[in-house]
Amino acid sequence: MSGTDGRVVIVGAGHAGGTAAAFLRQFGWTGEIVLIGDEPLIPYHRPPLSKAWLKGEADEESLALRPADFYGEQALALRLNEQVARIDTAAHAVILSHGERVAYDRLILATGARARPLAVPGVGLQNVFSLRSAADAEGIKRALGIGRRIAIIGGGYIGLEVAASARALGAEVTVIEREARLLARVASEPLSRFFEAYHRARGVRFELGAQVAALDGTGAVEAVHLSDGRALACDAALIGVGALPNEELAREAGLTCENGVVVDEAARTSDPHIYAIGDMSCRPIALYGRRHRLESVPNAIEQARQAASDLCGKPAPAPEVPWFWSDQYDLKLQIAGLAFDVDRLVLRGDLDEARFAVFHLDARNHVQAVEAVNAPAEFMAGRQLIQQRKQVAPEKLRDMSVSMKAVAAG
Amino acid sequence: MAKITYVEFNGTEHTVEVKPGLSVMEGAIRNNIPGIDADCGGACACATCHVFVDPAWTEKVGGPSAMEESMLDFADGVQPNSRLSCQIKVRDELDGLIVKTPENQH
Ligand SMILES: Cc1cc2nc3c(=O)[nH]c(=O)nc-3n(C[C@H](O)[C@H](O)[C@H](O)COP(=O)(O)OP(=O)(O)OC[C@H]3O[C@@H](n4cnc5c(N)ncnc54)[C@H](O)[C@@H]3O)c2cc1C
Ligand code: FES
Repeated sequence: MSGTDGRVVIVGAGHAGGTAAAFLRQFGWTGEIVLIGDEPLIPYHRPPLSKAWLKGEADEESLALRPADFYGEQALALRLNEQVARIDTAAHAVILSHGERVAYDRLILATGARARPLAVPGVGLQNVFSLRSAADAEGIKRALGIGRRIAIIGGGYIGLEVAASARALGAEVTVIEREARLLARVASEPLSRFFEAYHRARGVRFELGAQVAALDGTGAVEAVHLSDGRALACDAALIGVGALPNEELAREAGLTCENGVVVDEAARTSDPHIYAIGDMSCRPIALYGRRHRLESVPNAIEQARQAASDLCGKPAPAPEVPWFWSDQYDLKLQIAGLAFDVDRLVLRGDLDEARFAVFHLDARNHVQAVEAVNAPAEFMAGRQLIQQRKQVAPEKLRDMSVSMKAVAAG
Repeated sequence: MAKITYVEFNGTEHTVEVKPGLSVMEGAIRNNIPGIDADCGGACACATCHVFVDPAWTEKVGGPSAMEESMLDFADGVQPNSRLSCQIKVRDELDGLIVKTPENQH
């Protein structure tokens, strides 16, 4: 292989893998590109699965990252319904589950993450779901409807988004969360409380600080049993208790893994011919001087860009501020940054009006993260302030009469 | 179909046919046109689909919503003719539309 004419094999035809293939062509890769994925669908957007798609407001075509004919037009060899079983790093080949070998000059791993299993009896019953793929979402959609009762185990983003969508479809929803508050690991206390109140006002019931002991039913799930002895009757259950990186292939191939495949700022693994991108990788985040595994679309795209740039000999793209969004009811939540080394929270705006932002400041008044609800200016300015590592004056930040432009200008 | 021309920051032009109903952002993504990132897939949450609408077209295209405007306020190199291309729906009247992409979306 010389320059950009070798064969790149991408394992995992999800958001990261599909985007990397497109960027490789955009950035001038002339060699073969083979995209191998074990799902039946061409690469698609997962975020709508818990939102618009579940409510029936999006179809398969609008879910697709790129239209079906894109892959032929861009000379991307798409191999769907194929699982990679092993990587032979010495021979530079991946081995598919039915034994075929596919040789590579460079390999990009983009196998994503899977739903974390819940270790209680009864999870194998019918109508017990997790939500990772379009196939999962299809099952959930069929189980929902007016008056149907769904128990959502886990009060994280996916659980809450499904709760909002299920209410829109007229279903009865109970969210069961082990921690004392929702979004405990991923959001500030004021944001958790706000979401709880907003969902309650729309008919969602909560069991906080509640431990699930078992699911039970004959054939299909009929109840969730809590460790305090109570049973909640339901017609369906969604387990949304986080995700685990699909790192087994990489681990077996001897790549360094630590809550995901460890990569550098160009998405390179410990094997010089192999990259890893998206939910399965644990990456450096320059702004925070740390390594972290992110599960978000912007991260998948950023790392796809890093790997494709590196492969095509393009300059490394500028580091981005990690960010994420979530839609529930008429709320648009946008989060930028990561809440590391936070010393205090500053609230700007009004919780009652559902228009506010929570700024996370470190001890020296640098913005580390911002959580913005229906507050796009606060989100955008916050993202800029995080990037610039600029100190802010908390009293100005709190004061709605000072515009975000003025705050950002310092 | 409406013809849309995307002009990259370096001047490279891409003219493609886009189906009415799709957004100007989707037209770029479907044709692998560089310069529009669209990280959020059109949720009006990221501002990485920023374009400059050719001055001859600004009136026909129309202005941004309040939400979009707040996002644009903080986008790099924002101009009076800036729009988020995921929020521009392609219509027959936009046949011939020209948009320019900024140097950087991040
Ligand atoms: C319901 C839901 C809602 C979400 N909402 C948001 C949101 O609002 N905002 C946001 O930023 N992010 C959201 N996310 C997260 C986002 O979708 C992921 O971060 C993103 O999809 C990661 O891309 P990826 O390519 O790393 O993984 P994936 O998109 O999961 O793709 C990995 C692919 O690899 C395949 N694969 C795995 N192993 C193999 C193998 N051995 N051989 C072949 N193929 C294999 C998998 O089947 C899958 O198709 C959401 C996720 C879900 C599930
Ligand atoms: S695609 Fe994200 S705002 Fe347009």
